[in-house]
Amino acid sequence: MADKRRVIGKALRKVDAAAKVTGATKFADDLAFPRMLFCKLLRSTQPHARIVSIDTSAAAKLDGVQAVLVGQDLPIPFGILPVSQDEHALCIDKARFIGDPVAAVAALTEEAATAATDLIRVDYEPLKSIASAEEAVEHPEPRIHDYGDRGNFHKLIDLEFGDANAGIAEGDMVREDLFFFEGSTHLPMEQHAAVAMWSPDQKLTLWTSTQTPHYVHRALAKVLELPAARIRVIATPNGGGFGGKSDPFNHEIAVAKLAMITGRPVKITLTREEVFYCHRGRHPTLMWVRTGVKKDGAITGMHFRSLLDGGAYGSYGVASTYYTGALQTVTYHIPCYHFQGARAFTNKAPCGPKRGHGTPQPRFALEVHIDKIAEQLGIDPAELRLKTLVPANSLTANYLRVGSMGLGKCIAKVVEGSGWKQKFRKLPRGRGVGLACSSYISGAGLPIYWNNMPHSGVQLKCDRGGGVTVFCGSTEIGQGSDSILAYIVAEVLGIDPFDIAVVTGDTDLTPVDLGSYSSRVTLMSGNAALQAAERARQILAVHAAKKLEIPVDRLSFAERRVYDAKDPKRGMSFAEAVQSAEAAEGTIGTVGSYTPPMSAGKYRGAGVGPSPAYSYSACVAAVDVDPETGIVRVPTIWIAHDVGRSINSAAVIGQVEGSIYMGLGEALMEEMAYRGNRNVVHKIPSLLEYKSPTTLEMCDVITYLVEDPDPNGPFGAKEVGQGPLLPVMPAVANAVYDAVGVRIDEVPITPEKVLKALRKKQKGEPGRHGPESFPDIPWPEPMRVPTPWEGGDGKAVSPGRPAITAERPH
Amino acid sequence: MTSESKVKIALAVNGEPTEIAFAPHKTLLEVLREDLGLTGTKHGCELGECGTCTVLLDGTPVLSCLVLGLACAGRTVRTVEGMAQGGKLHPLQDTFADLGAAQCGYCTPAFLLAAEALLAANPKPTREEIKDALAGNLCRCTGYIKIYEAVELAAARMRGEKAEPTTESLYGR
Repeated sequence: MADKRRVIGKALRKVDAAAKVTGATKFADDLAFPRMLFCKLLRSTQPHARIVSIDTSAAAKLDGVQAVLVGQDLPIPFGILPVSQDEHALCIDKARFIGDPVAAVAALTEEAATAATDLIRVDYEPLKSIASAEEAVEHPEPRIHDYGDRGNFHKLIDLEFGDANAGIAEGDMVREDLFFFEGSTHLPMEQHAAVAMWSPDQKLTLWTSTQTPHYVHRALAKVLELPAARIRVIATPNGGGFGGKSDPFNHEIAVAKLAMITGRPVKITLTREEVFYCHRGRHPTLMWVRTGVKKDGAITGMHFRSLLDGGAYGSYGVASTYYTGALQTVTYHIPCYHFQGARAFTNKAPCGPKRGHGTPQPRFALEVHIDKIAEQLGIDPAELRLKTLVPANSLTANYLRVGSMGLGKCIAKVVEGSGWKQKFRKLPRGRGVGLACSSYISGAGLPIYWNNMPHSGVQLKCDRGGGVTVFCGSTEIGQGSDSILAYIVAEVLGIDPFDIAVVTGDTDLTPVDLGSYSSRVTLMSGNAALQAAERARQILAVHAAKKLEIPVDRLSFAERRVYDAKDPKRGMSFAEAVQSAEAAEGTIGTVGSYTPPMSAGKYRGAGVGPSPAYSYSACVAAVDVDPETGIVRVPTIWIAHDVGRSINSAAVIGQVEGSIYMGLGEALMEEMAYRGNRNVVHKIPSLLEYKSPTTLEMCDVITYLVEDPDPNGPFGAKEVGQGPLLPVMPAVANAVYDAVGVRIDEVPITPEKVLKALRKKQKGEPGRHGPESFPDIPWPEPMRVPTPWEGGDGKAVSPGRPAITAERPH
Repeated sequence: MTSESKVKIALAVNGEPTEIAFAPHKTLLEVLREDLGLTGTKHGCELGECGTCTVLLDGTPVLSCLVLGLACAGRTVRTVEGMAQGGKLHPLQDTFADLGAAQCGYCTPAFLLAAEALLAANPKPTREEIKDALAGNLCRCTGYIKIYEAVELAAARMRGEKAEPTTESLYGR
C-alpha cells in the first residue's frame, strides 16, 4: 500500500465501545417480544441413568404452560463435530450427567415454567457412574455411549513421526515426568440466552449468544428438519465467550422447537448453575512426557502421552485430544516425536474448547519439563530455550508449517524487562521467578466439517454518501472482531473507521464466517475484508483516475479523500469517488473471502495443528510463596507476545492482559471439580464457590508487543486472544520452584499442594506434588509418518491405514 | 401463580420521577430490566456473587439482584442509562471506551457505577483504593488493568487535569 498507515496499528476506540459503555448493546437476554414465552429445562438429577419413563401430564396442565417437550420430540442427534453427533436436545433413553436436560417447558412466565418443571416425573434406573478418566480406563462397561474407539474411550490416537525411541536414546540425558491439569470453565459473565421466533411464513429466527452462528444454523436445520434457507441465526454480542459458546446447544434447539409448536417467541436464559452444566471447558488432563536431550539442551526425541477426561459428550473432544499433542513441535525443535492421546467419556458436564483449546495442558507439562531439564543440565532455562528454537519458515516433525517466528525476541524482552538474570535462583527463600513460552494457532487450517469452501467471507457496499457497510458472519464476543473489519476496510479505502457500518453474525445477512474460535477471526475475516476492500478500491480508483486525468497508481486514499499523491490538492472526496464509480458501473459492492493454505501433513489427524500463522509468547512470573501457609501470590507477570502486527495495539494489549488474568486463575485457583464419591455432584456450580481472580488477586502485567509480521496475516497480523494465556501456568509453577524448591506438577497450584510438597521435602522425600502414574491404555498400532528430514512427504506409511488429509465425517 | 397482584411505588430513576407497578416479589434488577426496560443493568448470577447487576441506590453501589423493588420506594436509583448526558459520554464512559476497559461490555455498566461512586467519595483514589472499591465486581475479559487505568484517567479529568493515557497502556513496551 502506497499510503502511510493511518488506522492499522493505532490504539483507536472500538466501533462498539460507545454502545458497550452506555449499556445500549443488546445481549440475547435483553431482547423481549410481545407474547413471548419463557422456557425452562428440567435437568437430570442422576449422573448416569436409564430413563424409564417421563410423565409430563401434571406440568402440561399447570396454569400458564403452553408446551412441554421430551426427548422423543427431538429424536435427531447433533454435535459440533461430524464424527461425534452424540447429543440430543433432551435426553431420550439415558441421562449421562447431573444437569443433562431431559424435558423443556414453555410458559407465560419464568415462574410458571419453573413450577412446571417441578411437576415433571422422571423415573430413572441408575447405572454405574464413571467419575474420572482413570475410572473410565478401568471400566469399559457400562459404556456411556455406544460409539467411540472402545469401552469408554471416545478417542484413541497414536501418531509417530520418525523413530522417537531411537531419537530419545541418542540423548545424553533422558527425562520422564508426569503432570496433571485440572479442568476449568470459561465463566463468561453473561449466562447463555436464546430467543426463538417462528413466523407464519414458516421461518425460524433464533437470536442467541453463540460464537458460531453458522454451526448453530446447521444443527438447527438437521434436528428440526427444516431447510436451512428457512432458518435465520443471529449471534447477539456475546457477554464473554472464551470457547464456552462455540457448540450448538440443547437449549437453543429446545426454544426453537417450542417456538414452532406454540407459534410464539420463546426465550431461555440459563441460570449460573446451568452455565456450569453447559460447560465445554478445559479437559482435565493427565500427561506423561519422556524426552532425550543432548548436554547442550538440544532435544533428540520426545514421547508424549495425554489422557483427557471428556465428560459426557463428544463436543470438540476429538480435536481437543489431537491438540494435546499437536503444538509441542512449533516452539523448540523436536526431530522425532511420538504422541499418544486418549479421551475418555465420564459422567460429568461435557468438556470442550476453552481458550487455548487442548494446548494449555500439554504446554504446562512441556514448559515445566523443560525447566527441570534445564536445571538438570545446569543451563539457564531462557538460554536453553533460545538454543533450541524452531527456525522461521520451517516444517516441523509433524508437518506444521511455521512462518514468522518471534519467540527469540519475546524471550529476550521478558528476560531483560524482568531482570531475569539478577533474579533467577538468586532471590531469598519465598520469592521466585519462573519462565515459560508458548505458541498458538491463528485459525485452524481445516474447517470443522469437511468442505472446500472459504473459511470467511465478506461483502462490502459503498454508499454514495461516503459510508461503507461491511457484512461478515464473524461474531463479536468482546475480542473486537467487528472493529477489526472496520479498521482494515478504513485503512484500504482511506476513510474513518466510524464511517463504516459493520453487520456481523447473521446468517440471513452475512456471508459465512466459521465463527469466533481457534483465534481465527482477525487473520481470516481480516483477509476477507482486505480482499473486498482492495477490490472496492480498484473500482473506485479506475473512475477517480479517469476524472482526475492521472494514472491509477498515482492515487492515494486517505482522510476521506481520493487524490493525486504527487499533488494532494488535486482530488475528490471519497463520496464523490463512489458517485463517479456508481454513475459508471451501477451499485458499488464487492466481496472477499479467505481460505487457508493447504496443510503439509496428509496423515489421518493432520487436520489438527496446521494454521496459516503461529503466534508466540514468552512469560516471566514473579511469585511470593509463604512456606507456612503454602499461599502463592503473583505480584507481577512480564509477557512478550509476537502478534505479527497489531491491527489495534490497545486491543492487542487488552487481549494479552485478559489472557494473563485467565491463566492466573487456572494457575492458582480455578477448578471444575466434582465429588466423585458423592454421585458425581458438581462441587461448585456457583460464582461464589468457583474461585476466580478478583481485583485483589490480579497481578501487574508488563506487556511487550513483538511485531514479526507474517505474510499470511492481514498487514502481517497473527492471533493474540489465546496464546498469551498458555505460558502463565507453567511460568508460575516454575517460579514456585525457584521460590521454595518444590515442584507442583499439577494445576491449580493451591496452598494445600504447596504445603504437601514442602512437608515431603522436609521429610527428605522428593519435594513434589503431582500425579504418580499413568494408566495402561490399549493404544492402537501407531500410525508412522516419516519426518520431513527423513524424506517424508507428509503421508503415513504404516500398513492398513489410509492416508487421508483430515478427519472426514463418517 | 401469576395472579399475584401488583404493587405500585414511586422512586427516582436516573433523576426522573417514576411510578411503577410490579409483582411484590420482584428484585430491583427485575424491575429495572423487565418493568422499566432498562436492560443496561445486567445479571451474572442473581445470587449476589458477581457484582454484574450493580446500580447506585441513593448514591451507594448495591447489588440490584439482592434488593427488593419494594425497598426502593421514595429512593433514587442510578443506572448506566443515566450516565451519559445530552448525548455526551460521562468521563468514565469516555475513558472506558478509549482504553478498551470494556471488552465484551457485559460487566461494564456495573464497573462504571461502582467507579462513579468511588470517585464521588474519593476524587483521587490510589490504585489500591480502586482495587478495593471494585473487588466485588468480576470481569472475565480485561484482567481489570484497563479498568484501573480508565478510572485513574477519568478521575484526573474530573479533577480538571489534562490527562492522557500512557503510551505503555496503548502501545505496550
